[in-house]
Amino acid sequence: MIGTATPAPARLSARLWLALLIFACFAALPVIAAVTDDPFLLLIGTRILAYAIAAMALDLILGYGAMVSFGHAAYLGFGAYAVAILNSVGVTDLVLHIAFAVTISAVFAAITGAISLRTRGVYFIMITLAFGQMAYFFFVSLSAFGGDDGTPLPARSTLFGSQALEDDRTLFYVALGLLIALFTLATRIVGSRFGRVLIGTRENPVRMEAIGLAPFRYQLTAFVISGCMTSIAGVILANQAEFVSPAFMNWHRSGELIVMVVLGGVGNLTGAIGGAVVALLLEDWLAVLTEHWRLLFGVFLIVMVLYSPHGITGALDRIARGRR
Amino acid sequence: MSLLSVRNLCKTYGALEVTKDVSFDVAPGELHAIIGPNGAGKTTLIGQLSGQIAPASGAVLLDGRDVTGRSMAERVRLGLARSFQITSILPRFTVLENVAVAVQARSGSSFRFFAPVAAEAALNDDAYEVLAKAGLNHRADVRASALSHGEHRQLELAIALATQPRVLLLDEPLAGIGGQEAGAFVQRLAALKGRFATVLIEHDMDAVFALADRISVLVYGEIIATGTPDEIRNDAKVRAAYLGDEEAA
Ligand SMILES: Nc1ncnc2c1ncn2[C@@H]1O[C@H](COP(=O)(O)OP(=O)(O)OP(=O)(O)O)[C@@H](O)[C@H]1O
Ligand SMILES: [Mg+2]
Repeated sequence: MIGTATPAPARLSARLWLALLIFACFAALPVIAAVTDDPFLLLIGTRILAYAIAAMALDLILGYGAMVSFGHAAYLGFGAYAVAILNSVGVTDLVLHIAFAVTISAVFAAITGAISLRTRGVYFIMITLAFGQMAYFFFVSLSAFGGDDGTPLPARSTLFGSQALEDDRTLFYVALGLLIALFTLATRIVGSRFGRVLIGTRENPVRMEAIGLAPFRYQLTAFVISGCMTSIAGVILANQAEFVSPAFMNWHRSGELIVMVVLGGVGNLTGAIGGAVVALLLEDWLAVLTEHWRLLFGVFLIVMVLYSPHGITGALDRIARGRR
Repeated sequence: MSLLSVRNLCKTYGALEVTKDVSFDVAPGELHAIIGPNGAGKTTLIGQLSGQIAPASGAVLLDGRDVTGRSMAERVRLGLARSFQITSILPRFTVLENVAVAVQARSGSSFRFFAPVAAEAALNDDAYEVLAKAGLNHRADVRASALSHGEHRQLELAIALATQPRVLLLDEPLAGIGGQEAGAFVQRLAALKGRFATVLIEHDMDAVFALADRISVLVYGEIIATGTPDEIRNDAKVRAAYLGDEEAA
């Protein structure tokens, strides 16, 4: 059900090529934006990059560890509010913002993960949703930061003392750099000793226990890593929107992240990135076509799940196999 | 001194006394077979020895140390490993990976996040060695889900061996294997005998009498006799309760 194969070496490199292709397209985006003189393109691109990071981070636990977290938007919120909170006390550096976001997220993920992992299946989904909503309502009640309405940021994060991120293009490239760095990290993790154990717990937790590896510690560690990565996406989103609000961590967002992962194809990282790109582009295009775009998007999802249960990467695999 | 000591284990499921005051000892290198009819409580007993199921009372001692409160994973690390009656493998892993992850579990930390595990020669070498003992080395790179039933049973054995047990609990390793394949499997088990203490549950009486140093007979959760293969073969109670039907068939 959840998770495709442990990627065999040949398939992994095909996925790697696809990822490189996506990164190359992203790298060319500022050029296109300059030629078409469309400043919004960069902002849309930055937003897509942030969601790509979040979806990939979710795939790390959903696809590789069979942990369907329905509360992952909370970490987007932690990332966004880390920027707002530190800014309010005069700390503006991006690296410190990320460090703070990662720290809060690690603590929250460790506590809520340790509790959630006592359950399985649908119960795990529900309890992560509940923790996500708790985080959401905490920030709704935070009147110092605008409560429900959120609060605008006076300025974007600074980069080693410079205001470079005020330039949309620089922000975009920083986001792209973060995506590539985190993708590299995640790829290393899933191919490591730790990754093998994590995938093993997805495949057969009793078997892992019977060779002496109790799944809990490995699942919890992956859960924490995933939460931390997602919060980095939140830092980017806050800078992109120059605004933070609890809407970042609404449960709808958590659902959208799951949709991106499933749409792209679970358990191969590249798929989640592709899923984020396709879902957000479709959303934008369909929204222009009709106000009932959610309906069209729903139809698209159903068709996708019916015809390609392994998502976009699964469909590409099938095409590749058919050609051979 | 005995390596595995089982003391007065009791377990009930509702009104069913599935384990009734079971005690026995296994010496280092000894192979102790447990036989008994379907539903006698053999798998439940293995479950309690391995830590998957908690007994209502009684104790399990490994090398004199009480492990009754320890989890399954902790017991494995102390050298008490099991195989499953119903094959339990990692279906999307290759045969080699199934064994290599068991090698990894006992050699070094699994909290290593960067180095590619597939390139760890030490893990793969050990895994190949174990696969050879189980007669599966020629299938190392096949996906585990693609194996035949007999090969699945070999892999189940290989994974348990890879943990380097001091005491190995085998729950019907020959389940569903017949004819020539069974003969080869028994030979492999015979070749391994003596390296560790073994508790062998098996319905195949040829295998049991060929391999066992001692045999216990479990009926309705209770050990009704323990002895050498010859003693068990000639035990009137055992013949009446169990072996009789088997030999008549
Ligand atoms: N979790 C459980 N709850 C209730 N009853 C159970 C449970 N597990 C096993 N039993 C019952 O306990 C009895 C012993 O089961 P067990 O699987 O240990 O038998 P076995 O000797 O291994 O049989 P077989 O030779 O068929 O493998 C059976 O009657 C079974 O139905
Ligand atoms: Mg049984």
